[in-house]
Amino acid sequence: MPMRKVMKANEAAAWAAKLAKPKVIAAFPITPSTLVPEKISEFVADGELDAEFIKVESEHSAISACVGASAAGVRTFTATASQGLALMHEILFIAAGMRLPIVIAVGNRSLSAPINIWNDWQDSISERDTGWMQFYAENNQEALDLILIAYKVAEDERVLLPAMVGFDAFILTHTVEPVEIPDQELVDEFLGEYEPKHAYLDPARPITQGTLAFPAHYMEARYTLWEANENAKKVIDEVFAEFEKKFGRKYQKIEEYRTEDAEIIFVTMGSLAGTVKEYVDHLREKGIKAGAAKLTVYRPFPIEEVRALAKKAKVLALLEKNVTFSVGGALFQDFSRALINESEKPVIVDFILGLGGRDVTFKDLDEALAIAQKALNGEEFDEVNWIGLRKEIL
Amino acid sequence: MAESPFKADIERVQKEYSEKMTPGAIATIPGSSVINKTGSWRVFMPEFYKDKCVRCYLCYIYCPEPAIYLDEENYPVFDYDYCKGCGICANECPTDAIIMVRETK
Ligand code: SF4
Ligand code: SF4
Repeated sequence: MPMRKVMKANEAAAWAAKLAKPKVIAAFPITPSTLVPEKISEFVADGELDAEFIKVESEHSAISACVGASAAGVRTFTATASQGLALMHEILFIAAGMRLPIVIAVGNRSLSAPINIWNDWQDSISERDTGWMQFYAENNQEALDLILIAYKVAEDERVLLPAMVGFDAFILTHTVEPVEIPDQELVDEFLGEYEPKHAYLDPARPITQGTLAFPAHYMEARYTLWEANENAKKVIDEVFAEFEKKFGRKYQKIEEYRTEDAEIIFVTMGSLAGTVKEYVDHLREKGIKAGAAKLTVYRPFPIEEVRALAKKAKVLALLEKNVTFSVGGALFQDFSRALINESEKPVIVDFILGLGGRDVTFKDLDEALAIAQKALNGEEFDEVNWIGLRKEIL
Repeated sequence: MAESPFKADIERVQKEYSEKMTPGAIATIPGSSVINKTGSWRVFMPEFYKDKCVRCYLCYIYCPEPAIYLDEENYPVFDYDYCKGCGICANECPTDAIIMVRETK
């Protein structure tokens, strides 16, 4: 019988790691994900998880140890956040390029300076072009489930890519919710033992990994990485379906909520999706045709699903907790690009909000709605809007 | 000059070397680095003076490529396909039997 326990997302991530039975966990603690390696080290110390727990001196070493262990042919896990993920940056490219199915739990936190330990997505969004897959959890249950799903997708022969699973700092990492812990046997059936077929060290079959590629080969290597990300789109759907059959919880790359006949659809990721769904209910009661959509998968970017979603709305209001210094946030660029050649497309309005742990309230969403409604009515509006900004102190 | 001990390897790898990209660009043929002729990078080359050599083999031990092997009389021989001209051998040689000279190609 699956066990129900009240726990934080950090604990849920540790439980997911325990269920996935990685052989090597390397970690350097960083707020707000410190509890993940702490809990895992408890599991290891209590003999509940048969794994090598490597205490390293930095996140750069943590991910490097994972790369080494994964190249040797075992399942690996680590957790980090913010500057920690940034410190892993160069090795993230190596892990993806070597096609090692490492899974990282990321407690999504803002980046310095100024130092801020609270939630936004700038850390993982900054790593969107490394070749890693990215999943974002709305609640603690999703944090656990998506880690199991991430392993299954990552280790698929058609994919072989590392994956990060993000859950919002403090909003999820430190907040308790009931979480269903699936049966170990069922997880074993779902994931199976990790058996690498290409990249693993074996004295009987010497290979060189992470090798040098001259201009004659490098482009092809990058192309196969791109191709793997394309393949992952289909594999993710298959794994979501299998997960639903086994565990009864349904996942989609883009989860829609009350989008039928919606004029304005709010699009977001992570824990904010919960708030937005409730806000949509509130708007529907007032007779405003609004809907919500949540990206569970951000990389590979679910372009087909975005196009399908776009057909349903007149205005797409993107609510994002990150800034790129191009136009607006990362979602705005991806959505704009996905729809640029469509003959009929909704108006896209971008909202930057909730940075560094700033609360996102109904009042903030009202502010966003007012701008989205301007766009809907053909009035003038700004493409990029900072919501909840304290203009009086600027 | 004695023949390179890598000759057979080079021929094998060149024959077998697959142009097919493996996942993660893994090199699956052992010894495939022999087709990467590091000698093409060279600016300086070691010149060897046999009469000064005491056959201590410090050069042989220290060469990072390794591009030095021994002939029938156990004197060092330099394989210029792989010698990258780093000068370590010349630096280590106690009798100055190796002098680095600028190579003109
Ligand atoms: S110059 Fe460097 S590479 Fe060349 S033989 Fe001497 S030690 Fe080896
Ligand atoms: S180090 Fe100098 S003396 Fe010794 S073997 Fe090499 S060339 Fe000869």
